[in-house]
Amino acid sequence: MKFIIAIIKPFKLDEVREALGAIGVAGMTVSEVKGFGRQKGQTEIYRGAEYSTNMLPKVKLEIAATDALADQVVETIQQTASTESIGDGKIFVLDLASATRIRTGEAGDTAL
Amino acid sequence: MIRKLLCGAGALGASMAAATVAWAQEAAETAAAAVPAEAAEAAAAVPNPGNNAWMMTATVLVLMMILPGLALFYGGLTRSKNMLSTMTQIGATAALAMLIWVMWGYSTAFGPEGNSFFAWGNAFLSQVTHETTAATFSDEVISEYVFVSFQMTFAAITAALVLGGTVERIKFSAVMVFAAIWLTIVYFPIAHMVWASGGLIFEWGALDFAGGTVVHINAGVSALVAALILGKRRGYPTEPMPPHSLTLTMVGTGLLWVGWFGFNAGSELEADGVAGLAMINTFVATASAALVWMLTERLMGHKGSALGFCSGVIAGLVAITPAAGNSGPFGAIVLGAVASVVCYFAVAKLKPALGYDESLDAFGIHAVGGIIGAIGTGIVYSPALGGPGGDDFVMGAQVVTQIQAVLVAIVWAAVGTAIAVFIAKLVTGLRVSPEVEVEGLDLGEHGERAYN
Repeated sequence: MKFIIAIIKPFKLDEVREALGAIGVAGMTVSEVKGFGRQKGQTEIYRGAEYSTNMLPKVKLEIAATDALADQVVETIQQTASTESIGDGKIFVLDLASATRIRTGEAGDTAL
Repeated sequence: MIRKLLCGAGALGASMAAATVAWAQEAAETAAAAVPAEAAEAAAAVPNPGNNAWMMTATVLVLMMILPGLALFYGGLTRSKNMLSTMTQIGATAALAMLIWVMWGYSTAFGPEGNSFFAWGNAFLSQVTHETTAATFSDEVISEYVFVSFQMTFAAITAALVLGGTVERIKFSAVMVFAAIWLTIVYFPIAHMVWASGGLIFEWGALDFAGGTVVHINAGVSALVAALILGKRRGYPTEPMPPHSLTLTMVGTGLLWVGWFGFNAGSELEADGVAGLAMINTFVATASAALVWMLTERLMGHKGSALGFCSGVIAGLVAITPAAGNSGPFGAIVLGAVASVVCYFAVAKLKPALGYDESLDAFGIHAVGGIIGAIGTGIVYSPALGGPGGDDFVMGAQVVTQIQAVLVAIVWAAVGTAIAVFIAKLVTGLRVSPEVEVEGLDLGEHGERAYN
């Protein structure tokens, strides 16, 4: 099993969610996060006073996937979330040691 | 507020001399002391219910400028931890000003006896009844209680405007002490000098229709002086202090603009054609200033901003205040545009260059815009520019008079504010503790949060 963390642009969320649903991803966790990468931040000006914010809003997806599906998930997110500009985000894949469904106690792939 | 110039030029009759202040005394013997016989006779006039109704409406419109207009406008510009503090200081200052106004304020500004600098003789409204009246600029009168109330809201908003320079760090108790002293030694005398018959600047013939000098230059200069004595906010200018809600600032801007019709058109004291002129000028000067501010931002290489729009609206309103009934609509458009550009540079360039922390730009917009408006009034009044001035209007002389009035207001406001701030410092101390300033004045001074 793999644990996939993707940081994407907020406006891409719906598109990515639909694409993932289409390839069989049954669930994910979504959070609104802030951070910076190569895109740095943006400048705000209030009556001439400039403030550069170095954190930008992004959306973080967390998805647990079977080994069979993981590569496809990464590929789908990459293709759907891309605008071919800096700030599109990153995808991280971790090995997942175990998964348990709280309601039934099922473990492993069937818990996903 | 005073259009005495033209109408008074030829026939400065007794009733004219009484201008803003000459209210009628039912008791003839009281009137006889201060006001000539003709005025007492004119005073017998019965208030026109239409004028009274308009002035009562105008009065509550000015109240709406303070609460919630100015409270939201200023509150939105502060950080969220100081929202309630900002709004509460404004509300409480206005309330205090109302009480002081009926105790000794009205008497000090518009009392029956006086010299060039202040008046007396009507403390606790001892001479006012529901039957006494105040003269307008024609032979009409309005009920004196209405006039007292209308003028009361001007004192209240001016004191509240000063707080734009001191928010986010001044103690609530210091605000209360400061406001009481400041009103007494700064606002009431300046109101008397500019608007009352016998007042220094009034007698010079300076034009100030609705309070460019009395309200805006006065409040703006006072805000700067108070801010300089108080010192910068902790962390200014290195720490970002962006406005916490420009949405609320925009709402406040709208309420101020609407309320300003009471302020400007109400200053005619009648529902007549000049009030209509003041009304259309309050539309077009403001519209012009709002767009010109955004245009200036674009020309300076920035984006046209919401705060720029709001700032332009206020700059235009401030600039047209002394000229509201003293300008044609196209003079007003030019006046608004000029004030907008100058105010932009005052807040975006001058303030950072000089490094003072006059937090919400009461100086940069109210004083600077007020000065442009006050001096500009001497120009746009000209009939050649579509103004209501008569054929004998001499622009050069009028501009000199306007500048003199501005200088007196600046010096008086600066000195008086310094005195008032130092007294407040002795009585209550000025600044909140560093802990409270960091934590926010909402919790530290009032025990509440604006947002939960």
